[in-house]
Amino acid sequence: MIAVDGLNLSIRGMPILCEVSMQIAQGEIFGLVGESGSGKSMTALALMGLLPRGAAVSGHASLDGTDLLALREAQLQRLRGNDISMIFQEPMTALNPVQTIGDQVAETLLIHRRAGRVEALRRARAQLDRVGLGHIALDRYPHELSGGQRQRVCIAAAIALHPRLLIADEPTTALDVTTQAQILDLLKDLVTEENMALLLITHDLAVVSDIAHRIAVMQRGAIVEQGETAQVLRDRAHPYTRALFAASAHQPDRAASKTADAILRVEDVHRHYPSPRKGLARGTPVRAVDGVSFMLRRGESLGLVGESGCGKSTLTRAILGLDPLSAGSITLNGHPVSPTMPRAVRADMQVVFQDPYGSFNPRWRVDRILTEPFHLLDTLPPRDTAIAEALHAVRLSPDDALKYPHEFSGGQRQRIAIARALITRPRLLVLDEAVSALDVSVRAQILDLLAELQGQLGLSYLFISHDLTVVRAITDRVLVMQAGRIVEDGATEAVFTNPRHAYTQALLTAAPRLPNSFGAFIQ
Amino acid sequence: MTRYLLTRALSLTLTLIVASIVIFVVIEVIPGDPAAYMLGLNATPEAIDNLRAELDLGGSMGVRYFAWITGMLKGDFGTSYNYRVPVAGLVADRIWVSLPLALLALALSTLIAIPAGVIAASARGRAGDFAVIGVTQLGIAVPNFWFAMLLVAAFAVARPWFPSGGFPGWDAPLSALKSLTLPAIALALPQASILARVMRSALIETLDQDYIRTARAKGLNPGQAIRRHALRNALIPVLTILGLQFSFLLAGAIIIENVFYLPGLGQLIFNGITQRDLVVVESVTMLLVFAVIVVTFAVDIAYAIVDPRLRRR
Amino acid sequence: MMRLPPTLILGALITVFFAALAVLSLVWTPYDIASLSVSNRFQPWSGAHLLGTDQFGRDIASMLMEGTRTSIAVALVAIGIGVALGVPLGLAAAALRGSLLDEVIMRGNDMIFAFPSLVIAILITAIWGPSATNAILAIGIFNIPVFARVARGGALPIWTLDYILAARTAGKSRARISAEHVLPNIANLLIVQATIQFSLGILAEAALSYVGLGAQPPTASLGKMLSDAQTLTYSYPWLAILPGLSIVVLVLGLNLMGDGLRDALDPRLRRMRG
Repeated sequence: MIAVDGLNLSIRGMPILCEVSMQIAQGEIFGLVGESGSGKSMTALALMGLLPRGAAVSGHASLDGTDLLALREAQLQRLRGNDISMIFQEPMTALNPVQTIGDQVAETLLIHRRAGRVEALRRARAQLDRVGLGHIALDRYPHELSGGQRQRVCIAAAIALHPRLLIADEPTTALDVTTQAQILDLLKDLVTEENMALLLITHDLAVVSDIAHRIAVMQRGAIVEQGETAQVLRDRAHPYTRALFAASAHQPDRAASKTADAILRVEDVHRHYPSPRKGLARGTPVRAVDGVSFMLRRGESLGLVGESGCGKSTLTRAILGLDPLSAGSITLNGHPVSPTMPRAVRADMQVVFQDPYGSFNPRWRVDRILTEPFHLLDTLPPRDTAIAEALHAVRLSPDDALKYPHEFSGGQRQRIAIARALITRPRLLVLDEAVSALDVSVRAQILDLLAELQGQLGLSYLFISHDLTVVRAITDRVLVMQAGRIVEDGATEAVFTNPRHAYTQALLTAAPRLPNSFGAFIQ
Repeated sequence: MTRYLLTRALSLTLTLIVASIVIFVVIEVIPGDPAAYMLGLNATPEAIDNLRAELDLGGSMGVRYFAWITGMLKGDFGTSYNYRVPVAGLVADRIWVSLPLALLALALSTLIAIPAGVIAASARGRAGDFAVIGVTQLGIAVPNFWFAMLLVAAFAVARPWFPSGGFPGWDAPLSALKSLTLPAIALALPQASILARVMRSALIETLDQDYIRTARAKGLNPGQAIRRHALRNALIPVLTILGLQFSFLLAGAIIIENVFYLPGLGQLIFNGITQRDLVVVESVTMLLVFAVIVVTFAVDIAYAIVDPRLRRR
Repeated sequence: MMRLPPTLILGALITVFFAALAVLSLVWTPYDIASLSVSNRFQPWSGAHLLGTDQFGRDIASMLMEGTRTSIAVALVAIGIGVALGVPLGLAAAALRGSLLDEVIMRGNDMIFAFPSLVIAILITAIWGPSATNAILAIGIFNIPVFARVARGGALPIWTLDYILAARTAGKSRARISAEHVLPNIANLLIVQATIQFSLGILAEAALSYVGLGAQPPTASLGKMLSDAQTLTYSYPWLAILPGLSIVVLVLGLNLMGDGLRDALDPRLRRMRG
């Protein structure tokens, strides 16, 4: 039904897509997988005719015989939202903040003149019910909805006119694990009910392995392999597919020695915020962290998982001594942790953040960035040696000290962040979603680096992540957090194979699974 | 929405009170003895005492301040020292020149600027955009009173299409409007230029947002995307500027009355300064600040209407 | 070396030209503007008087030079006041967002915004009389909340970035972080705003001296020149056109420079952010 044949794309002279060809049948879910820069989003935009200025396209892309690439803009406008629809990655910004959700869903009908205003709103109500938002009124605004709910609104608007093809560009990447599972289930149901084709674009092999009938793997603008999902993932004919698969399921070699003594003790920690005013009084305080206790042993890698809103960021900030506690205590090697703790204690615990693009002052050179934590030390080590050693430890060159952050890739920036964190020779490293923003192959390399450093330097890790696969690969023990409390605490393998708490079970069921080499599923 | 507006009203009332204290302190406290100041160096002690009694300057500062405030709330703005008539009367006559002028200029500049900004943003990087950028670049650089002088020379003296000065009063409305036309145009030019640029950049930034991409994906053409989605969002930063603009327009109106010999608040207050009529200066300044604050509140109301995120449920 | 935008080059050239004339006028003008010569009045432009003479026989070129100097000096010092007081306030408000200090600073800003420059000038001159200094104060005071608001607005998103958290885990105080991390990253915003306020300051000074609230004679000011020329606009147009044109061109130059700066500084930022 969709036949793409020899699609080439260049933008302002730069080649983006090279001879992309694929077919999608009606009622089929087609997964387009690739890392950032592979051109998968551009393929989708080419089909929709929404390419940026300066784009030169050649080849054919036909929808039931009509070549989309040969159509004029006015004709494309008639097709968009009508025969071919698209939903995007960021549900938080995909909706107009000053328009009701009812209006935004009804708009698809109004624009294509398929209904008057009253009728359009009635059908919008029906669509919203269909996507599971029956309990939400039409006159709500996007800011009153969660990320998952907003994505459902986008889906409702996209399928309102029963399109033949729905393109979903990383629709669940920005969502929690459980929400992701719900959205993917919704999409699966809609495909069956509508008998429409779904082009699902994602970087996550596990997601497509669960849901797609056929997949295509893209690398640097070209499709390297395509076919039936199970077969492609089993055979992995192309080296890139093999590499991608290996990286997705990568488990670094870890031989960390563990001692029994605790390096970090968190005892009955509470952190409450006053809630916003309702009328004259304030509501009950928000209990972001509601009685958390755990212990991290020397040389151990402890994972902390939870979805957004569970309180892990608040807990992290408290552990780092950035925010005060409402109750309870945190000690690092016996010293109390608080916003006023002495610098020597701070020097013993450092952090690596998620966003490689916000982690550094863009105006500072790498050498200055690396030595900022020297502020914590009383006796400064010789500067140049320290910088060179730090860069060497993360497999970067000493020349990199004179460069600026924007000259490095995402993975390299995370290495710099790790180097910065290690320069005061801390014994505890807090990794706050440190690999979440990285491509799968780069992620594997960074996990390897972290495992190696742990072995060499005897570090202890507190590994915070929402990604269960990553946590399983790199941690010895794991804590599961929900609504400010730890609901499960145990050895990683045990928790993953035999979860005791209902929430942990729900998380594990929802997480997409990649089949291992033998066809069974890796959890 | 009510909570937001109540908070803003409270905040602005506080601002009003602090502003009144500032004005009071500057006018009545800092000169030391306002009566002596008003009469000048050659005044005899008896004359100063007489004036002090006349102006009720005997009480303590706090008492005098409250007397002033309560007086104003009752509509009593004191008696002008120079004209010997209630300031309220003087202001009432003149405000019907200054305020309509400022409002006329506001309407004119908005009517020109908003479409111009939309055209520029829609035609971004092409001829329409460059034309608007070029004209507004010039418009921002022109002092409004200088432009007024040129307008008078061109359209009132060279060709007697408009009166070159004076104001006939609102009994002859058409004639009155004619007297206000050239001043309003002169006032509107630079403000329209600023507003057009703000509209343009607000719209350009809005057009970069994700929800515009969603709209296009639904099949909207660029014009529909602007009208149905971008415009309302872009209005939010524009509203801020509009509020500030009014205060500049009011100040500009006062200055421009000079070019056209309009009997507005400008004449009143500038004479008041040169003649050291502190009563007039105090009251008219308070009035101007009050007008600005009222407009600020009106803008806050407009915000709440346009942006639902400000109305927490 | 980056290619500079043409607006920046053109704007800078114009601005530097006027600034040079203004500085020159400190030591030399073609004629002394204090000398009146009734017999010499209303001369058209000639070899002796490049731009002619006014109704008092004063050389217009000299008056323009000194008038420009007044405008630039007033606007410059007014910016100085705004930056010196406004930027630290804005930075503090952003660093302590949500605290009482933040509220107080924001309310204070609103308070000053309720007083347009003209009204502040009226208040000041009512008590202390008109002068260039009072014009500087009136314009400068209004600049404070402008810069505070821009500084705070630019600083707030920076405080949410991870490298600020990294600095905090390095034990640095908020004040130190504001100075080392925040200020350099909002410098571009502030520079562009400064050129805007500079051109607004020139216009404000002209307006104030036009109504007699600014620099007093014998100090020359462009606004006063316009006020003197008002009744003569039709008969001797150049008396009104020349000072006005000077203002227009200078302000135009400043605005072009500001626009050019914004363009020049922005893409580099984007590239630096990767």
